[in-house]
Amino acid sequence: MRLIGREEIENIALGASFFGAGGGGNPYVGKMMAIAAVEKFGPVKLVSTDEIEEEDLFISVAGMGAPTVLAEKIPNGNEYRHAFEKISQYIGKQFTGVFPIEAGGVNSMIPLVVAAQLGIPLVDCDTMGRAFPELQMTTLHLGGINISPLVITDEKGNISVTETVTDKWAETILRAETTEMGGQAAVALYPCTGANLKQWGVHGIVSQCEVVGQMIEQASGSKEDPYEALLRETDGFHLFQGKIVDVIRTTKNGFNFGTIQIDGLDQNKGSRCEIDFQNENKIAKVDDRLSAVTPDLIILVDTETLVPVTTENLKYGKRVRVLATKANPLWRTKKGIETTGPRYFGYDMDFKPVEDLQKEEV
Amino acid sequence: MYRLGIDVGGTNTDAIILNDRLQVIASVKAHTTQNIESGIFNALTKVLQLAHISPSEITQAMLGTTQCTNAIVERKHLAKVGVLRVGYPATASVPPYTAWPEDMVEALGGYTAIVDGGFETDGRVLNEIDKKQIVNILSDWKGKVESVAITGVFSSVNDEQEEVVGKLAKQMLGEDVPVSLSSKIGSLGLIERENATILNASLAKVIQNTVDGFKKALENEGVVNARLYLCQNDGTLMSSEFARRYPILTIGSGPTNSIRGAAYLAEIRNAIVVDVGGTTTDLGVLQNGFPRESSLAIEVGGITTNFRMPDVISIGLGGGSIVTVNDDGSVSVGPKSVGYKIVEEAITFGGDTLTATDVAVRLGMSTVGNPERVAKKVDLGVAEKAMEEIKRMVEDAVDKMKTNANDASIVLVGGGSIIVPEKLAGVSKAVKDQLGSVANAIGASIAQISGQIEQIYVYSEQNREESLNDAQRQAADLAKEAGADANTLELVEVEEIPIAYNADGSTKVRVKIVGDLS
Repeated sequence: MRLIGREEIENIALGASFFGAGGGGNPYVGKMMAIAAVEKFGPVKLVSTDEIEEEDLFISVAGMGAPTVLAEKIPNGNEYRHAFEKISQYIGKQFTGVFPIEAGGVNSMIPLVVAAQLGIPLVDCDTMGRAFPELQMTTLHLGGINISPLVITDEKGNISVTETVTDKWAETILRAETTEMGGQAAVALYPCTGANLKQWGVHGIVSQCEVVGQMIEQASGSKEDPYEALLRETDGFHLFQGKIVDVIRTTKNGFNFGTIQIDGLDQNKGSRCEIDFQNENKIAKVDDRLSAVTPDLIILVDTETLVPVTTENLKYGKRVRVLATKANPLWRTKKGIETTGPRYFGYDMDFKPVEDLQKEEV
Repeated sequence: MYRLGIDVGGTNTDAIILNDRLQVIASVKAHTTQNIESGIFNALTKVLQLAHISPSEITQAMLGTTQCTNAIVERKHLAKVGVLRVGYPATASVPPYTAWPEDMVEALGGYTAIVDGGFETDGRVLNEIDKKQIVNILSDWKGKVESVAITGVFSSVNDEQEEVVGKLAKQMLGEDVPVSLSSKIGSLGLIERENATILNASLAKVIQNTVDGFKKALENEGVVNARLYLCQNDGTLMSSEFARRYPILTIGSGPTNSIRGAAYLAEIRNAIVVDVGGTTTDLGVLQNGFPRESSLAIEVGGITTNFRMPDVISIGLGGGSIVTVNDDGSVSVGPKSVGYKIVEEAITFGGDTLTATDVAVRLGMSTVGNPERVAKKVDLGVAEKAMEEIKRMVEDAVDKMKTNANDASIVLVGGGSIIVPEKLAGVSKAVKDQLGSVANAIGASIAQISGQIEQIYVYSEQNREESLNDAQRQAADLAKEAGADANTLELVEVEEIPIAYNADGSTKVRVKIVGDLS
């Protein structure tokens, strides 16, 4: 167990934009909420999955909706607590702590707010090890743990408890509710036991966000090559270095789709990298040859500062390095690939692990 | 008919006079003084003497100033601000002033309230405002706050509530307490826009002193027929009355004026401006005659805001950069520099330190100082290697600022520009000008007037054409309000960004219109 205060929050937020793999939105507002919460209620206790009891109950709290709406209509702050209390009331049992549903973007920060408010611990794990756009894209789902009963609420106090027949239905119904609630809502979901988290959570991800965030924060002052250190820390693969020369965007069914073209610089001079994104980066090709594919993480960072570049901040002329890291092993199983592999996102290709693709290249 | 341009920087106050064909007829540099008035007065006296014109013939006077930036950075002369956020029950999780430096909150008095109100992203009402609630807060603040900042949720979609609350504030606190509305100041992103609005409100007294000081200095010198303008950070002007309401728009006008002034001298509308000083080189991009804006959140005095700023990068290369021969025989240039001591320490001026200027002299690019001394003391091979490095640094920096793959035109200004070779990869044309050292003041005096709007439109409800027309109309109104001639208005920028997770066709639209002075 250790305490998470303002400085740790700054680092976790920066690391979260790395593990967001292009998506998850800018964690800025979430970070401000978490900072305001710890300044008011004191630091949050972070506990590892080894420190929790098997039979204790835990739940995730998260925000749903468009990052652009969140940036303007900032939450009241009590939504997450209301959702947490409502689900306890509905199930008739107390929850011991909370965990983030994803490591990326705003949702890496939201559980910190409710943990600070209620003085309950935050478990050092998530259910993606990255960011994904849909509620059933979790490692708990792969473990057969139901997303519902779940609660959705807004800043006005509208609240609903929902039970769905599948996790995918929860995604469909909650998205409609989110739109009616003004494009931004709070949810409490995946009620589960400590044993479930020990078996199916992505362990240590909050701490890893913090370590990566700190490395990026200190990148400009460091002596050894900070990029090499980042690759080592995340067990990542360098794919490409270049300059963004085109970004084609489309919005489909409320999601942010597009393609990024990057022209090579230095050792990649003369080559071109193309990245397809659907909220998160999904496929990376170098000179039409596949380099990495979802659910493995494809991450763009600023060439010099190493600050992660999300799909909202893509801009012509930006110098970037492209890297990929291995998805959690749970994602590389048959069910994992069915849930978040290339075919689910409409690409006619099979998943291949990034390490194999890199070996082929050599 | 003459124009007067004055640029008050941290070190120097520059003044220039242009004739009605916009040719420079006189330019001077004077020291900036503690009280802005006497510095302006000194520069003004000198430039009028040089120009041999009657002060009454000056019809337009433009001021570019860093007074507001300095006030925020130094926490001096700031007004006590009442911060009203209109959006409860939303937004309470991040109260105003979250993550601000404590000394700044203290300087502004720390008066805040979050009241009922706000709109949804699609224009529905989030919550109605409660006038009684607001009146109670305002009567508490009466006599304590000197300025008010009002920020409503989604006020860029609908600014009605902000306007109503603004009127209440005027009624309750008196007409002499300025009211800043966020919808007029920043773009989407409540926290950053609120921060910018608070800063704007805090500058109420500073801008009053600046404008009054400028007026007084002009009157004392007999410049009695001139309309007064202040420079904004987007390379356009605002009337002194407009500036009193939006002082924050003066922040960052220095680099902007330098970019615009340089471009004017070179008669170019699209170029990369390379301003080479003694220690650093600043690069900015001129797009259709205006500096390109940065898309990143900008920090002013430790406070994150989202108002527009010119996109400028700096590299550690200048005329005084120290040249070092490394153990492996390679040569590096900068970032260490002899700075203002170049006149003693550079080899060409009799010193012992090899600088970028010496390299330029050795290679015959300049004859400043003592070329014979340099020829004796500086190895030609080292000079050539150093020049390769300088060339690489400039080429890299220029490439970073490019907007497309084509070769760019560059304009070289600043005292250190002699160190930059004429032929650069990726550059089609490089231009230098003698008057480059007063580019700031020139930029101030040639500025136009602009209006800019950023708003969300739902194209499925109001089609794209109508939406863009509406945005243009609003931007044109803002430009006219700021003093533009309605017949010269020109659309210079349209940006559309689709919004995810939202009704199909929701798009953030940004439009900018400029015109000549009326």
